[in-house]
Amino acid sequence: MKSYRYLFVVGVLALAACATYTSSTGAPTPTAGGGGAMSTAAPKPDPRVGLRGGRVDSTGKVFLARAAEASWNLTLLSNTPASEKFVGVTNSDLAFTGNYAIQGNYNGYQVWDISTPSRPTLKAFNLCPASQSDVSVYKNLLFVSSESNSGRLDCGTQGVRDTVSKDRLRGIRIFDATDISHPTYVTSVQTCRGSHTHTVVTDPKDNANVYVYVSGSAGVRSPTELPGCSNTALDKDPNSAHFRIEVIKVPLAHPEQAAIVSSPRIFSDLAAPPTHGEAADELAEMAAARKAGAFVAVFGTQEFVLPPQFVNPMLDSIVKARKGTGAPTKADSAAFRAYLPTLVHIMTGGNAGGKPSGPDQCHDITVYPAIGLAGGACGGYGLLLDIRDVAHPVRIAAVADSNFSYWHSATFNNDGTKILFSDEWGGGGAPKCRATDKMEWGADAIFSLVDRKLTFKSYYKMPAAQTKFENCVAHNGSLIPIPGRDVMAQAWYQGGISVFDWTDAAHPKEIAFFDRGPIDSTHMAAGGSWSAYWYNGVIVSSEIARGLDVFALTPSGLISQNEIDAAKTVRFDQLNVQDQPRFVWPASFALARAYLDQLERSNGLASGKIATARTALAGAERTSGQARHDALSQLATRLRKNADGAADKPKAHMLATAVGDLAKGQP
Amino acid sequence: MNRSALPIWTTLLLSVVTVSGVQRPAAAQDSTAANAIFPGRYPYTDADIHFISGMIGHHAQAIVMAGWAPTHGASKSVRVLCERIINAQTDEITLMQNWLNDRHQPVPEATAGPMKMTMHGIEHEMLMPGMLSDEQMKQLDAATGTEFDHRFLTFMIQHHQGAVNMVAQLFGTTGAGQDEAIFKFASDVNVDQTTEIDRMQKMLFTLPRD
Repeated sequence: MKSYRYLFVVGVLALAACATYTSSTGAPTPTAGGGGAMSTAAPKPDPRVGLRGGRVDSTGKVFLARAAEASWNLTLLSNTPASEKFVGVTNSDLAFTGNYAIQGNYNGYQVWDISTPSRPTLKAFNLCPASQSDVSVYKNLLFVSSESNSGRLDCGTQGVRDTVSKDRLRGIRIFDATDISHPTYVTSVQTCRGSHTHTVVTDPKDNANVYVYVSGSAGVRSPTELPGCSNTALDKDPNSAHFRIEVIKVPLAHPEQAAIVSSPRIFSDLAAPPTHGEAADELAEMAAARKAGAFVAVFGTQEFVLPPQFVNPMLDSIVKARKGTGAPTKADSAAFRAYLPTLVHIMTGGNAGGKPSGPDQCHDITVYPAIGLAGGACGGYGLLLDIRDVAHPVRIAAVADSNFSYWHSATFNNDGTKILFSDEWGGGGAPKCRATDKMEWGADAIFSLVDRKLTFKSYYKMPAAQTKFENCVAHNGSLIPIPGRDVMAQAWYQGGISVFDWTDAAHPKEIAFFDRGPIDSTHMAAGGSWSAYWYNGVIVSSEIARGLDVFALTPSGLISQNEIDAAKTVRFDQLNVQDQPRFVWPASFALARAYLDQLERSNGLASGKIATARTALAGAERTSGQARHDALSQLATRLRKNADGAADKPKAHMLATAVGDLAKGQP
Repeated sequence: MNRSALPIWTTLLLSVVTVSGVQRPAAAQDSTAANAIFPGRYPYTDADIHFISGMIGHHAQAIVMAGWAPTHGASKSVRVLCERIINAQTDEITLMQNWLNDRHQPVPEATAGPMKMTMHGIEHEMLMPGMLSDEQMKQLDAATGTEFDHRFLTFMIQHHQGAVNMVAQLFGTTGAGQDEAIFKFASDVNVDQTTEIDRMQKMLFTLPRD
């Protein structure tokens, strides 16, 4: 296995602005301030712009030259190319279990041991082609998505040529990974539209089963291939495979009995949700028209106010039909209103595309079981779902956006007070980050989430212009457990990885990045980061063409070593990013200091009080047992008293609580 | 006199052209050919080549149509939609031309006319599904303001629906859509244009009043 590894590679062009290549394993530094000690300025000019490209040979598989790299506050610990049977084939999403990263690939999946992040080693692989090979893991079970027409039940690599075939698998493969070195194939669950992505859903009330939400927007299979699949429009066949998701129930004791238990129609009766931007004028107009008694047609799943140029000739013809003259009467209007549903039916009948299709499927769903909600990125909409009854999710809100093309994925903040949706404009194969591409197109949209209502706050897009040979658009990311802040790492394909803070939903701000030049600076060749996820202290990225990257977040004026150390105290046995776990920070000196750093950065607490607290914390850390307990208790009491007078009262109280919890934890 | 939306809708329902059984002579089954977009190992077929070749002219016509928005007094929301269509479909033409080029296939120019194809040794010209006839293009070009918005949305829904039909036809063909690049591109066309049809239908019914 050829392998390129780089220990602490520094960004070639990003040196000047960031003296931040501190070892991330350094001990907590009690006196490190979060405020003015380190740079908060992004490097200028942006070192990502104009990076030298690499070059691949004519097969697209062999790198003839390496691309230049730029980084800011991120350090590449290792880059490990795909193993022999996967090289040159698209790497896709990631899931994590123990010390292992499971990396999907259109040829199957690879299992990497990342216990030494600077030297990942291949633990296992499974050659079993499927696209996109979206992967998840739950206890000993491993789930893989298969959508395309070429996936086979027997994992064969020859594809399936026939349009109807008993060999084809479109749906979910389930493996038993009890022995991670030798996962075994348990069963497959076939679905009518295959699985583009899927989401493992845990039910807090049900320990015996795990559930899988299946999203698949590809064509419906023939009923000859999979009985029961109907491609007929929903209004003609209540069993239509359109306008629904699938829920698979997997009994943990008998995973071989996994089966679809429900096909929730979460898109039904979806009225036109509010939009903003260019569509705002139109919406205001619609609302006014409705108020003025305009004619409203329910067209597919949406309501429309009919314009006069549509209505007037209709009313005229009703007048003519009763052999009348002059203006239409109230009775004529009532007759037209009554006729509207029939008219809409006539207008749309017999042509599946001739009516508003609404969202027909989701691209991906992120569930947050701790708050009983899910975010669905579905066609032209972002949906909020109530998942407290896991097998029967219910839509509770929907948003659309005139600047969004195709809603791709969702991420909640840890408090569940915000949700971020991304737009995969162009499908991921197109270069949507050129200087000429608008910043609100192919971006993230951030919404506040209050009382189960979504309100648009801002867009975020990786800000560095990329070339026309770099596929680039918003893609998969995860929260980083920085306490007291909403920080996220996100993949932008060949736009690299962007780490940003969206604590202030209206003003998201980039705080770290990594980027390479194009895979080929003469030709569009797909590559870049598919997913960038924080897992137990590192950021792992699945690079479509270049393998597996592992990064360390490095301290700067925007993120302190204490904050990074506190983030590292949040550890999971397993992680599927779309089954979003709630972060809980164990009591630690790093946590208390992280809050102190944040208060110092924001002037949220008087500087004298911060200095005193730092000294007291350092003193407590030098002691042990009862003495440490007492010192921390006294400090907690003092901090609680200070908190009410602090400029940032909530954060000051979080600090006091963190110190109090630390005191309680002492023997 | 005000126009009624109904006749235009009727036109739409009737004017979706469908084609089937198009054949090309030389088979291309080179399973080792480079696939620089999303590398995969599956062979591509004549149906894949036909789909890509035909979609280039199809997209080119959409770009011409959308390019008229600024000069034909389109409303702001239609102009934004047109900007997005031009951006998206220009990129997709590049992607399709690269795909053909990488496989040493003839690469059609991105012109908005009918596609030239050889059937039984004789060259024919045909419009891909949903493409506007010369007459429809003239109607669109002749319109301005709300009239343009109305015709543009109506015709572009027809145009997009044709692309969606082309995808359905591709996946209904034995052996087609196995190449991962083709599967991904055709699936993207399907979901993107279906989503945009939904958006345009909503716009059509909420056009600003005269």
